[in-house]
Amino acid sequence: MSSADSSEPVIVVHDLVTHYGGRLVLDQVSLEVRRRETLVILGGSGCGKSTLLRHLVGLARPTSGSVRLFGEDICRIPESELNRIRRRIGMSFQGSALLNSMTVGENVALPLREHTRLEDSTIRVMARMKLDQVGLAGVEDYLPAQLSGGMKKRAGVARALAMDPEILLFDEPSAGLDPVIAAGIDHLILKLKAAFGVTIVVVTHELASAFLIADRILLLDKGRVVACGTPEEIRASQHPRVRQMLDRQPDSEAAPGQAYLDSLFGFKVGGGAKA
Amino acid sequence: MLTRIGTDALRLLDYLGGLSRQTSRGLYWTVVAPFRGARVRWRSTIHQMAAVGVSALPVVCLITFLMGLIMAIQGAYEMRKFGALHYVIDLVGVSITRELGPLMTAIIVIGRSGSAFAAEIASMTVNEEVDALVTMGLNPVHFLLSPKLLAMLVMMPCLTTIADLMGILGGATFAALSEMGMGLGPYLRATADALVMRDIVSGLIKSLVFGLVIVQVGCYQGFTVTGGPEGVGRSTTAAVVVSIFGVVLVDMVFTAFFYVLG
Amino acid sequence: MSIQIDVRRQEQTAVINVVGDIDLYSSPQVRQTILDALNEKSDNRVLVNLTGVKYIDSSGVASLVEGLQLARRSRVRFALCGLNKAPRQVLELTRLINVFDIFESIEDALKA
Repeated sequence: MSSADSSEPVIVVHDLVTHYGGRLVLDQVSLEVRRRETLVILGGSGCGKSTLLRHLVGLARPTSGSVRLFGEDICRIPESELNRIRRRIGMSFQGSALLNSMTVGENVALPLREHTRLEDSTIRVMARMKLDQVGLAGVEDYLPAQLSGGMKKRAGVARALAMDPEILLFDEPSAGLDPVIAAGIDHLILKLKAAFGVTIVVVTHELASAFLIADRILLLDKGRVVACGTPEEIRASQHPRVRQMLDRQPDSEAAPGQAYLDSLFGFKVGGGAKA
Repeated sequence: MLTRIGTDALRLLDYLGGLSRQTSRGLYWTVVAPFRGARVRWRSTIHQMAAVGVSALPVVCLITFLMGLIMAIQGAYEMRKFGALHYVIDLVGVSITRELGPLMTAIIVIGRSGSAFAAEIASMTVNEEVDALVTMGLNPVHFLLSPKLLAMLVMMPCLTTIADLMGILGGATFAALSEMGMGLGPYLRATADALVMRDIVSGLIKSLVFGLVIVQVGCYQGFTVTGGPEGVGRSTTAAVVVSIFGVVLVDMVFTAFFYVLG
Repeated sequence: MSIQIDVRRQEQTAVINVVGDIDLYSSPQVRQTILDALNEKSDNRVLVNLTGVKYIDSSGVASLVEGLQLARRSRVRFALCGLNKAPRQVLELTRLINVFDIFESIEDALKA
C-alpha cells in the first residue's frame, strides 16, 4: 500500500538541535511524516536516533528547533496540552517498559482507565482485543516478569495501541530478540500499518527490517540526516556514508599516524616539542 | 582545588533546586490538585499506608520502647547521685515526645520506606517505565509520588504517637522494676504532669516535615538515577544517607526555632 | 459529544439508530442504550442500525461485544445492520465480523 502523498504531514521536525551534557547529539535535523506513512529512522548506535524519537513525544527538550505534532509545536505548549496530544500517540519502548507491578491486562488497560470514563467491563474487553491483535490472547492475568522478551514487547505494543492512536512510535522494535521473533514483530508492524492506517515512526539499526516496513527511510549519522527517501532511492544512493551502511563496511581503522599517537599520549605531541 | 569546590557547590545547588521543584510539584499534586478535580489514587495510597505505617509498627514499637528504657536507665544513673530519681519521669517524657519519638520513627521509616521508594522509582526509571507513563500522558509525580506523600503525611504522626507511648512505657518499665518501685498508673499520671501539650504537638509537627523529607528525597533519588542497574543500588544508598541528613537538619532548625520561641 | 441515538420499537424489535462517530467519549452512551434495550426483555430482538456511523473505535466495538454477551445470556437476538466501509473494516480486523449477525438494512433484518 503506498502512502497518500497528497495528505498533510502530521509530524514536522524543523532544525532540531540537542545537546546531552555538552555533547551535540542532534544537529539540525529536519523531517516530515505524512498521515498513514511509515518512516524508518535508520542509523548505527549512538547516532542519536533514539533521542530523536524521544523528542517526538516530548520526553526530551531540544536546545533549539521545533517539533510539530498535528500542527502544534510541542516544545512551546503547556504540559496539559502536551498530554492531550500524547493521548493520540502510542509509544513502544525498546525494553517494553511495562509496569512490573501490574498484570499485563492492567498495563494495557492503564491509559484507558486514566483517560476515559469507560466502564470497567468495556475496558477489560478492549484490553483483551488489543492483546489479541498483537497475538497475545489469554495472557492478561500474567505479570510482565512471567513473559518472554518477545511477548513483553508485543504486550508493550498492545498498550501503545490502547487508545487507538493516530501515531505509533517504535524504539528498536527488534532489539534483543532472536531473528524469528524479530521478524514476527516486523510483520506485526506491517499488519498494524495495513489495518489501522496509523502513522508509524520506527527507529532501528536493522537494515532488513527497515527496508521491509518503510515507506521512507531516513538515515542518521552522528546526529545529522545523511539521506532521506524511499527504500528504492536509498538503495540507489551513491552517498559514501549510505553505501558504507548498506554494504556493511566498517569504519576505516581509526585515526592514522600522528593523530593515533596523540590519542595514546592523551595530549598533542607536535614535532618533538611538548605543546 | 577552587574549581572543585565550585563544581561541588554548583552540583549541590542543582540538587537542591531539583529537589525543591519536585517538592512543590509533589505538594501541588497531593494537596492542591485534588480540589481542582484531579483524582486521588486511593488504592495506591492505602497500599502505601500499609507498607509505610502498618508494617513498620512492630519495629517502631520495639525500638522506641527500648529507647525509653535506655533513657530511663541512663538518666537514673546520674539522678541517683542527687537523690532525684523521680526526675527520670520528666526526662523520659520530655525527650521522647519532643525528640526521640519523632526522630527514631523517622530513621526507621527511612530505612524501611525511604530506601524502598528510591529503589522502586529508580528501577522504574531505568526500565523506561517512568518514560512510558509520561508518553501515556500520566504525570509521574502524580502517579508515583503523591500516593506515597499522602500515605506518609497520614502515617508519620500516627507512628510517632505510638512511638511516644511506647517510649514512655519503656520508662515506666524501668520505674516499676527499679528501686523507684512505681506502678504504671502513678507513672503515667506523673508523666502527664511533666508534659505540656506543646511537647507533643511540636513532635508531631516535626514528624510531618520528616515525612515530607523522606518521600521527596527517596523519590528524587529514584527519578534522577543514572547508570543502569548499578545506579539503582547507588541511589538507594544515597536516599538513606541524604534523608537522615535532611531529617537531622530539619530537627535542628525546629529545635532552634522552638528554643527561640521560648 | 456529537452523537445521536434513538430507539424505536417495531415488530417486537428494538431498533437502535446511531448517528455520529462512536469513539472513546461517545461509546459509553451507545453501550448504555444497548444494555438498557436488552434488559427490558419486552423485545425478542435488539437491532443496532449503524447506517449513520462513519467511524467506530475499539471502545465502540467493545461496547457491541458487551451487548452481544448480555444478549446471549438473556437469550435475546442481537444484530447489527447498515455497516459502512470503515466500521466493517474495524470488525474484520478485530476478527469479530463473523461473531455478529449482520444485515444490509433494517428491512432485511426484520424479515430474517
